Amino acid sequence: MTRLRRVRRWGPGLLLLTPSIILIAVFVYGLIGWNIKVSLSDWRTSVKSTHYAGFAAYKDLNSDPVWWSYNMRHLAVFTVAFIVGTLIVGWTLAFLLDKGVRGEGFFRAVYLFPMAISFIAAGIVWRWLMNPAPGDRTSGLNAIFDKLGLHALENQWYLGQNWGMAAMAMPAVWALSGYIMALFLAGFRGVPEELREAARMDGASEYRVYRHVVFPHLRPVTLSALIILGHISIKVFDLIVAIGGKQVITMVPAVYMWINIYDAHDYAKGAAIATLLLLGISILIVPYLIFTVRSERNA
Amino acid sequence: MSQLMRKLGVLAVLAAALALPAAGSAGHASAVKAKASCELSVFSWWTGGGEAAGLTKLQAIWNKTNPSCKFKNEAVAGGAGTNAKAVLAQRLQAHNPPDSFQGHAGKELLDYIKAGQVMPIDSLYKQYGFDKVMPKQLLSQIRYKGHLYSVPVNIHRANVLWYNPAVLKKAGITAAPTTWAQFLKDLKAIKAKDSGVTPLALGEQWTQKHLFETILISTLGPSGWNKLWTKGGNWNSGGVKTAIARFDDLLKNYTNSDAASLTWQDAGKLVIDGKAAFNVMGDWADGYFSGSTAGGNLAKKPGKDYKWTAVPGTTGVYDWLSDSFTLPKGAPHAAAAKKWLAFLGSEKAQDTFNPVKGSIPARQDAKKSLYGPYLKWALGQWKSDTLVGSLTHGVVADNAWNTAIDTALGTFIQTHDESSFQKALVTAHGKNA
Amino acid sequence: MSSLSQTPPIVAPVPRLRRRARSAPLARYALLLLFAVIVLIPVYVLVVTSFKGVLETDASHAWSLPHLWTTEAWSQAWTQLSPNLGNSFKLVIPATVISVVLGALNGFVLSKWKFPGADIVFTLFLFGMFIPYQAVMIPLTTLLEDVHFPAGIPRLAFAHIVYGIPITALIFRNYYATIPNDLMEAARMDRAGMLRTFWSVVLPISMPAFVVAAIWQFTSIWNDFLFAVFIITDPAKWPVTVALNNTTGSLVTPYNLQMSAALLASLPTLIVYVLLGRYFMRGLMAGALKG
Repeated sequence: MTRLRRVRRWGPGLLLLTPSIILIAVFVYGLIGWNIKVSLSDWRTSVKSTHYAGFAAYKDLNSDPVWWSYNMRHLAVFTVAFIVGTLIVGWTLAFLLDKGVRGEGFFRAVYLFPMAISFIAAGIVWRWLMNPAPGDRTSGLNAIFDKLGLHALENQWYLGQNWGMAAMAMPAVWALSGYIMALFLAGFRGVPEELREAARMDGASEYRVYRHVVFPHLRPVTLSALIILGHISIKVFDLIVAIGGKQVITMVPAVYMWINIYDAHDYAKGAAIATLLLLGISILIVPYLIFTVRSERNA
Repeated sequence: MSQLMRKLGVLAVLAAALALPAAGSAGHASAVKAKASCELSVFSWWTGGGEAAGLTKLQAIWNKTNPSCKFKNEAVAGGAGTNAKAVLAQRLQAHNPPDSFQGHAGKELLDYIKAGQVMPIDSLYKQYGFDKVMPKQLLSQIRYKGHLYSVPVNIHRANVLWYNPAVLKKAGITAAPTTWAQFLKDLKAIKAKDSGVTPLALGEQWTQKHLFETILISTLGPSGWNKLWTKGGNWNSGGVKTAIARFDDLLKNYTNSDAASLTWQDAGKLVIDGKAAFNVMGDWADGYFSGSTAGGNLAKKPGKDYKWTAVPGTTGVYDWLSDSFTLPKGAPHAAAAKKWLAFLGSEKAQDTFNPVKGSIPARQDAKKSLYGPYLKWALGQWKSDTLVGSLTHGVVADNAWNTAIDTALGTFIQTHDESSFQKALVTAHGKNA
Repeated sequence: MSSLSQTPPIVAPVPRLRRRARSAPLARYALLLLFAVIVLIPVYVLVVTSFKGVLETDASHAWSLPHLWTTEAWSQAWTQLSPNLGNSFKLVIPATVISVVLGALNGFVLSKWKFPGADIVFTLFLFGMFIPYQAVMIPLTTLLEDVHFPAGIPRLAFAHIVYGIPITALIFRNYYATIPNDLMEAARMDRAGMLRTFWSVVLPISMPAFVVAAIWQFTSIWNDFLFAVFIITDPAKWPVTVALNNTTGSLVTPYNLQMSAALLASLPTLIVYVLLGRYFMRGLMAGALKG
């Protein structure tokens, strides 16, 4: 095929995509660029200043006592609890539904339900549920545990010194499990029945069928779920503020970024946090993308 | 299915294509209208309770006296204006200011002043005689480089100790404490008497900063406090060390363990419900304690169900804060904005707004009869006490300094490392004073 | 966009939709029911609190049914939110439709009508999903102001459409990737150009993807607070989420009002879920999943 004919083939496609390309270039990359520029500037107060200041803001952040011991530690705990929790619950629900039950539609609707409720609202409810009040002021889930005699389960929830942020992940798990369940369910059912039958014919037990036929098929889904949950976790803001406000005890980078930009007007430091968040996200995303592109080439 | 699919698709796109311009033209039309006629857009975070009610009253008066210039209430909710301030910052940067916006009088406005986003209004003060009727101490504490940038509408007091008389009586305490030593004695007595009663009710981080501020004032005295905020202020002093130790003592021994999960109302309610004895909070607590249940308040009787006094060690000191309004640079309707500010500083506006809001006027010629029992007491004190500006509510420190202290305090609450906290306070002073 | 409702499902067309429903062992049913109860606990608290009077609403009474059932919180919520419901609809419906159509076109090009470097462009699009919005609110709003983009709902809709490009492209691209290439070949044999191929071959089988993308965008845009409060300055034009946030006073938090308002604000999304739920699952379960 001649060069011109080839261009005439894919040309229209590129043309159709061009508006989106321009919009993304401006509103994503243009703004990211602006952000990086600000993080390297000396704009540390409400008075705009655009002189180059190198990595001063980043250095400030690194030596900031709340950055590593609170922001990053909290983020790490939250992320692990959120991802592991959602994957386990979502997977379990999908597994339970996989073989088909009467009323599957009802169950699916119930599990997907939490996603429709905005976090500003869910935050208030979960704040009540996770109420850490002691003694005779006990309420929320602690009160239920108390009534059921499960005293060992009563705890400080999101105020816990070391694992408080794992409790903070509970509302997030609640909201996202339904969606992850849907993903996994689709994954389960994407395994052709013939393959399962063939394995059964070969004498494999149901357990083995799952283990050697079904689960390997779930790898791509799990990877996507991991990436998606991970990027949500890094950006989490609404939930944290709705439950814990802007206190150091529940501080995460997205909230600290807000505080720096809008409360302290330290724009460079806020931009530095944003840039670091983006960097963190890309570390998660790049493997996913490489995997996607590669697996498609192989398909 | 595919036919249906396509038909639906076409319909949808047509609908969208029609809807968007329609929505757009509506927006455009009103934008044009705004520039032509007069409108007063007022930006605040007064969206609930007494504040919203007070603002509504002001709005009504304004609309009556200025029928050609409608009041546009652009309030955005969020505790202590956290959302509002962010939106405001964005609007000011984008050169899209409201006609007037709320801000705490004092250094909190410095960010706006230094960025040239608000105009000085000394002439307004002279023209309407505000400088004669507002306390000189107040005005000198909100001046920046000799100029005034906002009109205070109300005054709140931060150093108030609220208590439940019944709880105190049960523990054998006959009078509210006036010195720190007495206070500690009382706290110990409450603790010993009943383990189910919290001696000092405490709420989330900012209320703890609020408590710490009153301890600093109590320990250092008003002039010591004022000095802290100047270039020569010494945060490394023994006085600050003592204050930190006292604060730590309270946190560790006399407060509720779930403080970080309580709002200031939750903490105050503990006192009202008899589950706690004392609570340190600003006098907006009075509005919550005594207001009507229709507004979500507790409808208790001041002086009977609850009582108050100055935080021990701060008798005769008025730790003040004030909501004030500014004149933004490039306000779309500057003339109306100036009229609004003039109105706000008037006796009528202040005596309409404040009884409803639960604060006292900045003016000293208030009609006492309009105010409830607590506010009457406050009005008396306002005339005679020494004034010191609040930290937590933006009078003595600008935003950057305040945030630095906030972060240091938040960390201290977790670590209880007194010397690190003091060091962090010294650093914050060095950077921001 | 609410940071947690913005998650893209992976979609592809399927042969078989769901298994024959048979009576499951009791243990499985019990577990499913247990999970259902757990998931609905917060919803119970929301609903129950919304029917309480102000005096009864506080954390210590979270579990109890109202002593005095009252709809005052609901009527208050309606008063405070209904003026803004119209704004929300005017915002969400056009924005969702445009966003989804754009996504379909983009997804089609990126999967079935690729140009050199299409994969790289797709990757760059995806990265756009991860930008922390708080950090760019100021330059974004300044930019929109400077170009005098029509203020109010159109501006907000535009922002949502732009930031919805990556997600919708992802959904459709992954969905279309599973269309057998023979279909495309057949169209080419018929000398069909790009748009005609899209119209007659791809579009008719796109329903599941449309539904998935639409549900995501609807939820995302409807529940968004951050963009709405920053981009729209005129309170009369605020969508329902800003009005919902304003039910908090800075002094008093009327919990029953907040919860009834929250439920009210989430009703349209819930209705969309219920109505389109089946199609949503169909879309997700469409066949072999790609990563």
